[in-house]
Amino acid sequence: MIIDGENFKRYVIELSEKNKRIDGRGLKDFRKPIKIEYGVSKNAEGSALVTIGKTRVACGVKLEVGEPYPDKPDEGTMIVNAEFAALASPEFEPGAPGEESIELARIVDRGIRESGAIDTKKLCIKKGEKVWLVFIDIYIQNHDGNLIDASALAAIAALLDAKFPKLEEDGKVNYKEKTNEPLPIVKKPTACTIYKIGDKLFVDANADEETICNARLTITMDENGTINAMQKGGMDGLEQDEIEKCIEIAKEKTKELRNYLKG
Amino acid sequence: MGIILVKEKDIVIPGEKVASGMDFLPSIGTFREGEDIFASKLGLVEIRNRVIKVIPLKGYYMPKRGDTVIGIVTDIGFSGWTVDIGAPAEVNLPVGEALRERIELLKSDLSKYFDIDDVILAKVFNVTKSRIVQLTMKEYGLKKLRGGRVVRITPSKVPRLIGKGGSMVSMIKKYTKCEINVGQNGYVWINGPVDGQYLAEKAIQMIEQKAHISGLTDEVKNMLEEGVKNEA
Repeated sequence: MIIDGENFKRYVIELSEKNKRIDGRGLKDFRKPIKIEYGVSKNAEGSALVTIGKTRVACGVKLEVGEPYPDKPDEGTMIVNAEFAALASPEFEPGAPGEESIELARIVDRGIRESGAIDTKKLCIKKGEKVWLVFIDIYIQNHDGNLIDASALAAIAALLDAKFPKLEEDGKVNYKEKTNEPLPIVKKPTACTIYKIGDKLFVDANADEETICNARLTITMDENGTINAMQKGGMDGLEQDEIEKCIEIAKEKTKELRNYLKG
Repeated sequence: MGIILVKEKDIVIPGEKVASGMDFLPSIGTFREGEDIFASKLGLVEIRNRVIKVIPLKGYYMPKRGDTVIGIVTDIGFSGWTVDIGAPAEVNLPVGEALRERIELLKSDLSKYFDIDDVILAKVFNVTKSRIVQLTMKEYGLKKLRGGRVVRITPSKVPRLIGKGGSMVSMIKKYTKCEINVGQNGYVWINGPVDGQYLAEKAIQMIEQKAHISGLTDEVKNMLEEGVKNEA
């Protein structure tokens, strides 16, 4: 826990000039180990638990049958929700979702939606009446920074793990029986957040580094290197050449993260 | 005749019987019930003749009279500062105990002396019956610490960090070329070259994690020597 913000910040910046981090990593290294466990929840159709350093994020995918939106009668829908358990960090309070959790859910949502990771047309059961609704629920179990990358990784991992439940002839879903049919996932978008502290760019900041970062930029990319989503946070601005550098870093790092996914 | 049921440096849990018989005396981390002595904290047993102590593995800082502590200014009031010393409550440092000169409260700006986030070295000169902590800086060596930064360790590990007669901390100072001040509250102030600060923090974290292991001094020494070699 950081108790003297300004002094700590000065130290991190001085250390970064020698290409070092407070925990001995390089500026562009992820914490080790990065682990993904599949099938951690029995009741969800698909689930994954992602560990990056001390950060732990669980994600569950639930499938329901419902009505499609009127403007897209033959497409299934997807809803992302994030919950910050009060147990995860002394900074999190129980109660209504805060700004952070809404932002997190929206970044993950945008990455999956805009990349077209789920082939939503294949989620249609009967046009205009019945489609599959995909609920992605993210639970932060332990907060040690870089929740966005961990959550995005957990979400896509859980989607890859998901199997359709059995659809009975009367139209009801039998959740007790899973079919072997996986969700129609066609792309694997992963996110990489680049943090700016001083005028250096960091990857995978821990909770201490996050408290002193000036700005951050999340870039979500699929396997073709297409940028699917971007989100800027923090008070400071980023210059054009910094954004170009961020994209370069993200290209490499999203690829690295994707290697941990199955299939 | 009393019997000791545990060995030195055993890990005990709260409620565990440590000794029986009136020959032994309970000290911190233990209590007597009937003729037996029980542990009240999760920690390591320390036996000094007849006195039995349990050194907690982790814990909060409870201010004691005479402790030299490191504090961080969190607020400035009309006639003093609020200081965080890691105790359960924040502590007030009045102007009269902080400055040697007399100042006119209405005309002066207290942030000129200590501002928010400033680090100070202070002493607990009294803890009242209602646990109000009174700090002073009017003693030799107590001052504002400029530059550097503060790292935190569990207060129960402070004696290990200081070492016998300050041996451990002076060894870290020698290798890292840093100034180090250790407060009894577990706040450690480090100032010096960045590489030194990095190495010193690593050493401090190592001591905190391995405080219960014997032969720690050599291990820390090896680590520091290697660290210095890598820098060069």
